[in-house]
Amino acid sequence: MELVQMQKSLQDYTKSLFLDGVLDSQFLQLQQLQDESNPDFVSQVVTLFFQDSDRILNDLSLSLDQQVVDFKKVDPHVHQLKGSSSSIGAQRVKNACVVFRSFCEQQNVEGCHRCLQQVKKEYYLVKNRLETLFKLEQQIVASGGMIPAMELGF
Amino acid sequence: MLEPELKLLYRINAQSWKDINVDVNHKVESRLKLKFLELELKLLHCLLTFTKQNVIEFDPLHINPNFSISVTVSNHMMEVCNCIEPQWPADELLMKYQYISDFFIAVAYFSIPLELIYFVKKSAVFPYRWVLVQFGAFIVLCGATHLINLWTFTTHSRTVALVMTTAKVLTAVVSCATALMLVHIIPDLLSVKTRELFLKNKAAELDREMGLIRTQEETGRHVRMLTHEIRSTLDRHTILKTTLVELGRTLALEECALWMPTRTGLELQLSYTLRQQHPVEYTVPIQLPVINQVFGTSRAVKISPNSPVARLRPVSGKYLLGEVVAVRVPLLHLSNFQINDWPELSTKRYALMVLMLPSDSARQWHVHELELVEVVADQVAVALSHAAILEESMRARDLLMEQNVALDIARREAETAIRARNDFLAVMNHEMRTPMHAIIALSSLLQETELTPEQRLMVETVLKSSSLLATLMNDVLDLSRLEDGSLQLELGTFNLHTLFREVLNLIKPIAVVKKLPITLNLAPDLPEFVVGDEKRLMQIILNIVGNAVKFSKQGSISVTALVTKSDNRAPPDFFVVPTGSHFYLRVKVKDLGAGINPQDIPKLFTKFAQTQSLATRSSGGSGLGLAISKRFVNLMEGNIWIESEGVGKGCTAIFDVKLAISNESKQSGIPKVPANPQHVNFAGLKVLVMDENGVSRMVTKGLLVHLGCEVTTVSSNEECLRVVSHEHRVVFMDVCTPGVENYQIALRIHEKFTKRHQRPLLVALTGNTDKSTKEKCMSFGLDGVLLKPVSLDNMRNVLSDLLEHRVLYEAM
Repeated sequence: MELVQMQKSLQDYTKSLFLDGVLDSQFLQLQQLQDESNPDFVSQVVTLFFQDSDRILNDLSLSLDQQVVDFKKVDPHVHQLKGSSSSIGAQRVKNACVVFRSFCEQQNVEGCHRCLQQVKKEYYLVKNRLETLFKLEQQIVASGGMIPAMELGF
Repeated sequence: MLEPELKLLYRINAQSWKDINVDVNHKVESRLKLKFLELELKLLHCLLTFTKQNVIEFDPLHINPNFSISVTVSNHMMEVCNCIEPQWPADELLMKYQYISDFFIAVAYFSIPLELIYFVKKSAVFPYRWVLVQFGAFIVLCGATHLINLWTFTTHSRTVALVMTTAKVLTAVVSCATALMLVHIIPDLLSVKTRELFLKNKAAELDREMGLIRTQEETGRHVRMLTHEIRSTLDRHTILKTTLVELGRTLALEECALWMPTRTGLELQLSYTLRQQHPVEYTVPIQLPVINQVFGTSRAVKISPNSPVARLRPVSGKYLLGEVVAVRVPLLHLSNFQINDWPELSTKRYALMVLMLPSDSARQWHVHELELVEVVADQVAVALSHAAILEESMRARDLLMEQNVALDIARREAETAIRARNDFLAVMNHEMRTPMHAIIALSSLLQETELTPEQRLMVETVLKSSSLLATLMNDVLDLSRLEDGSLQLELGTFNLHTLFREVLNLIKPIAVVKKLPITLNLAPDLPEFVVGDEKRLMQIILNIVGNAVKFSKQGSISVTALVTKSDNRAPPDFFVVPTGSHFYLRVKVKDLGAGINPQDIPKLFTKFAQTQSLATRSSGGSGLGLAISKRFVNLMEGNIWIESEGVGKGCTAIFDVKLAISNESKQSGIPKVPANPQHVNFAGLKVLVMDENGVSRMVTKGLLVHLGCEVTTVSSNEECLRVVSHEHRVVFMDVCTPGVENYQIALRIHEKFTKRHQRPLLVALTGNTDKSTKEKCMSFGLDGVLLKPVSLDNMRNVLSDLLEHRVLYEAM
């Protein structure tokens, strides 16, 4: 594939992510932080996010599968996930976490289960997309091109 | 005892009975002899008299009635014997009967006083003892007389006769005395009898009267009981039924009925009867003379048993119908009875109570019974009124309860609605703005690209519409928040002069197009740097000036800003008091445009109200502008009003707001365009980041590294305390994990670094930045609050501000 085309498709893809609401401006901030002194900042952060979230989601599933759900344990996990997702700009995940937290407050087990499913769904989606994004970037870099800076003035 | 001589004499005499020689000249030697001789002589005399013979023969061996004695009696001897002869011969039958009768009389006469004495002694009271004694004496003497009479049947001596006479005389005296006494006494006795009779009559009368009183008292008791029964219930039907029952019982009535006025008030309807269980529903017109008569007086009236109100049952062969009495029972105006307007009669309505005595009983209505009936009728009226009042009050109370319940429900619904709206707003707030931003941003981006003219036009329209929509949304959301009272001013230092100029710059294009010159006059004493909500103040001024431009077709617009201290020309309910470093900014926007009718001025500030004609409506606007402005002005403790002299004479909008004079002289403008990363201030700045969340820790670190800081990261409070040193200039701590212990770290750091210049600046990173969070941070001694996720520019500004001022409470 031609470099320009690849760059274009990367741009489009990224745009689509924003338009779908999967990512928000925070992700842009992260990208801005990436420079020569810190070339892999974004991927590092994102990888860390994936690791963290996998763990948290596991813990959440375990906690919710208990006979008696201890909401005092569930809430901090969700809070952490919310914090992480908002830090990297995974908007949908963050929103799902917000809803999850409110159900936690109400101690609604059913709702929590549903939310967990939603969170998982969103998380896997964003994970998927980001991985695709990175693949594209790597392809561009491998082809010797530069990753175009995103400029969306929100 | 016989002396032997005498004996002998006697024997001598006895032996030779042929001749009894009485030697009278015998010398008497003893008195006894003399006595005996006298006796002998007397006996002889008696014998002589009996036999009337001169010769008495007396044989001692056997009595021979025929004996003869020759007595030579001297005169001297004859005088000794005073004997009297009875009138009749002694042995006659009549004499005998008289003798016996006298005897019995005597006995009877002697026994009577004994009986009297006995019985008088026995009885306690006998007022006439004297009479008794007299009477007793009289009787005794009579008895004695008769007794003595017994001796007179035979020859008796003079003594006996004397005694007899004495007795008779005495008896006569006493009898006369008694007779005379009785003349006095018998009337007395008779009068006693009369008095006794009189007393007996009196007693009988009293008995009768007592009987009457008792009956009355009983009746009175009945009345009281009746009244008690009637008053003990507050149910109308029970009252009336009880009345009839009790009356029937007390007065032993045959029938008792109550006629009530009907709905129309023209008839009386038979409502209650005593005997009949289901009275036939029949009515009589109310204008009958008998009814008028009864209604005319408050007393019970005797009416004819044949009148229509008294004929309740078919008369079945009763000869004499019992007397009937009717009485009126006053009724109050009650909706229960539902009597409509009835102009003819007086305001008082009456029911009719009819009481019938039993037929064929010849009983009459007594006065006290009539009184009883009247009393009862009054009591019934009172009881009915009480019952009515109670019914009314119960109804009112039920109504109130219903209303209460309804109000409660309504309130709860309202609360639910408000909550729902708030929830909705809370969610939509963010949700609506995000797509809006996306649209605006992308449209503006699109504008930058290559477009054909039509496309450009289309894009511009899209942009304009979406800007408008965004503004509208903001307005609505702001207003809702304003009305809730949840909106808070965001205070900050800004340049007032610059603000005005900016506003004018924004408005000038439109004004130029409409050929409306705008002038700005700033008072010379107007402070330059003030503390207040810049954004909202700009909104207010923009709105007012924008309105002026919108609704003026010609003329000029002048904007004046001054400091006001006195309340001249202010509305009377607003007093301007400058306090401390505060002052009141007054802005006057005067235009010579359409003007407003003074009557419409109050409506201007209400939401969505528009008073302009259709021509000017096209200029747009939602009608919310002034309402929102007013809210903002109120929040700023100010006042806003509009003056106009009328249509076509232009109008002036004036508002006062309270602002604080800023101490800072430096201009801290908000950079509109993000500058290139400048690491000037931050090179090598040692900062400490504490965040439990690995990802956000990494992000924050990345931010700060990008800005040139030297970042140390810790993931817990304890680690933070251990690592923190005076070399660190700033500590960023994440405080959005639930729990208060996050803030404790701030206190601990304060404790650790007692000298102020050594202590690092503390900034909290948190997920929400409402007033309470800020207050909390301030109370724990934090120097600033940052909203996560932090953008690069934000961080840069924050750091620079922080390092300059050492305090930061506005970066959001």
